[in-house]
Amino acid sequence: MHSSSAQQRYNRRVLWLAIAYATLLLPTAYLLKLQLVSGPLAVLLAALPAIPFCGFFWMMGRYLSEETDEYVRMVQVRLLLAVTGLLLAAMTLWGFLELFGFVPHIAASWWPVLWVVGCSTAACIQRLRARTDQ
Amino acid sequence: MINRLKALRAERGWSQQELAERLDISRQSVIAIETGRYDPSLPLAFRIAELFQLSIEDIFTSPSAAGRVQS
Repeated sequence: MHSSSAQQRYNRRVLWLAIAYATLLLPTAYLLKLQLVSGPLAVLLAALPAIPFCGFFWMMGRYLSEETDEYVRMVQVRLLLAVTGLLLAAMTLWGFLELFGFVPHIAASWWPVLWVVGCSTAACIQRLRARTDQ
Repeated sequence: MINRLKALRAERGWSQQELAERLDISRQSVIAIETGRYDPSLPLAFRIAELFQLSIEDIFTSPSAAGRVQS
């Protein structure tokens, strides 16, 4: 399946954001685990890896506004809604189970990771389905 | 919505890829429209009609009109 120019731009941007995320996460984790920084600087450092992750959401929005193929855009919006809905349902279920002590605590920062993994998996399945349609 | 896109494309000897390129959409979109899985927006329906030099009604039939014809 041929990728549109908007999809190619989105893939490039996501790749750069993933590099930025890995570049920020590793030194941040190192510095904070060993308690080499403290105070407001530590708080700022802890928040840094969230910036490229928020960028993923922004890039998804930019992609949807830049995609000129209305059918592809509709498929992507459906896919995003399905993954977001499933993840919110899973978060809600996990939250209640955690509240009553049936499951361990999961850091909230893992949920957006699962969202990105879910979106990527759903996009792969969609591409395979589109290939079989042809 | 029922459409004659596949027949019109075949009359001109165009492949799905060729039609997609002429309409500046993906082949995936052409397949979805031809199989009736996706109804195009009005601007895209106009582009399709202009490409085939026909009116929208010559290409697309509303479900209610199709029902009247069948009954």
